[in-house]
Amino acid sequence: MTAGEATRAEVCVVACAEAWRGDGEILAAAMGTCSVLGARLARLTFEPGLLTTDGGALLTAEAVPLGAPAGDVEGWLPFRDHLWLVLNGRRHVMMGASQIDRYGGTNISAIGDPARPAAQLLGMRGAPGNTVCGPTSYWIPRHSPRVFVPEVDVVSGVGGDRAAALGPSGRFHELRRVVTDLAVLDFGGPEGAMRLVSVHPGVEPDRVVAATGFPLAIGGDVAVTRLPTAEELRLIRDVLDPGALRDREVRGP
Amino acid sequence: MDKVTSVEEVVSSLEDGMTVGVGGWGSRRKPMALVRALCRSGLRDLTVVSCGGPDVGLLCAAGAVRRVVAPFVTLDSIPLEPHFRAARQRGAVEFTEYDEGMFMFGLLAAAHRLPFLPTRAGLGSDVLRAGSGLATVRSPYGEGEDLVAVPALTLDVALVHLDRADTRGNGQYLGPDPYLDDLFVKAAARAYVSAERVVAPGALPGPPQTLLVSRMHVTGVVETPNGGHFTDCGPDRARDEAFQRHYASCAADERAWAGFAGRFLSGSEAAYQREVRRWHEEGA
Repeated sequence: MTAGEATRAEVCVVACAEAWRGDGEILAAAMGTCSVLGARLARLTFEPGLLTTDGGALLTAEAVPLGAPAGDVEGWLPFRDHLWLVLNGRRHVMMGASQIDRYGGTNISAIGDPARPAAQLLGMRGAPGNTVCGPTSYWIPRHSPRVFVPEVDVVSGVGGDRAAALGPSGRFHELRRVVTDLAVLDFGGPEGAMRLVSVHPGVEPDRVVAATGFPLAIGGDVAVTRLPTAEELRLIRDVLDPGALRDREVRGP
Repeated sequence: MDKVTSVEEVVSSLEDGMTVGVGGWGSRRKPMALVRALCRSGLRDLTVVSCGGPDVGLLCAAGAVRRVVAPFVTLDSIPLEPHFRAARQRGAVEFTEYDEGMFMFGLLAAAHRLPFLPTRAGLGSDVLRAGSGLATVRSPYGEGEDLVAVPALTLDVALVHLDRADTRGNGQYLGPDPYLDDLFVKAAARAYVSAERVVAPGALPGPPQTLLVSRMHVTGVVETPNGGHFTDCGPDRARDEAFQRHYASCAADERAWAGFAGRFLSGSEAAYQREVRRWHEEGA
């Protein structure tokens, strides 16, 4: 097995893991298969101080495989305490989004007029609090102009433009990165606009631009997202996700 | 102090237009036996306050709901609740959307007789959109930052489902998460606990910190074995995923739903439980 054989899903898992690099002893909260795998992979490799859950209320003593029982437990984080932890700040969340705009404003609530939506989605969930209270990244399994839109229909997650307008109340707002099935992006463009950081192996920058419904900042040569190491591949395939659930979220070689 | 009652008696004490809080979280430990009875009751114009799951969906399908106050409505393993979705998309129910943390603060405020509690959660988002009725307050300390003033989510009635209860109304959870059930109970003028088993006072097993709900806040207690079905009720019962899938697929189709409602929801709770057993035996 060599790193050259990595699938797109495995590249995405590692790109998600990289979001937590340098975070130390905080909760890595993740939503979506590749994001959850990324948090646990980061903990098993370069970021051993991270705390991760069993997907429920238990902080597991070790990073556990996807869907596995918690095993030994090192802490308890029922929903109420998770909500307090959002305010406390020792947490970096990677959420999903049905729509995301140029400044990282996101929508998981509804498509169309919120008074009578064309499509009712989840609701706000924790997105408003997550985004104004601490580091937030996004994992978006399908990079398309339907998701990357000029303007979101409902602001669930707060983007950099709205956070800047909050004054001192917005001081904990911090959007880190957006990982998609095509690329890694951040908000290092002009005035905090979304910027292309790297394209996944085999993806041309033009394809990312075409899949993005607003002008994307691109600074010079675009890097290529790094491949998983052999050890990372082993951990993903044999330890964390032997059932290959990652391939249901991201298809293709 | 014996507060043992029946689901029918609980529901017959409710009135049209009430604000009803429902405990649990998503498709987890929902007081489904009480919700099913509510659906049969013909009550209308309810405001349902919930970390929403199939409770909200069923009540919407029954035409009992005017407004939903919630941070989300989901079946967890199935992200979108089909009846809630349909009701929203045809404009049949209003939706007051809260952030999860705001929602908890609203219950905390009501539980402690405070008019509001301040938080950062919600700032900058469309939770505070025009017409939401939500206001901010300026901190009298430090830099004077603005915070959301989450109004008390005061309830007329709370309905929660716990793993065990005693005949006086003390309630115990045995799973890993209390959800917000104790806050719902304290935020309500009247609270009803359903439980998988009801035992004699003093006979609740396990460590004292599992005694989540105190009888001082409880009006009535009902024994409803498997009363949380089909939601997750660990450790006694995991979510009935197969039946939840059946519910969701029927809910997406008008004729299929009529069949589902006729078979499972038209009779008593005992009839529901019997039909669910038969459905599983059929291997459907």
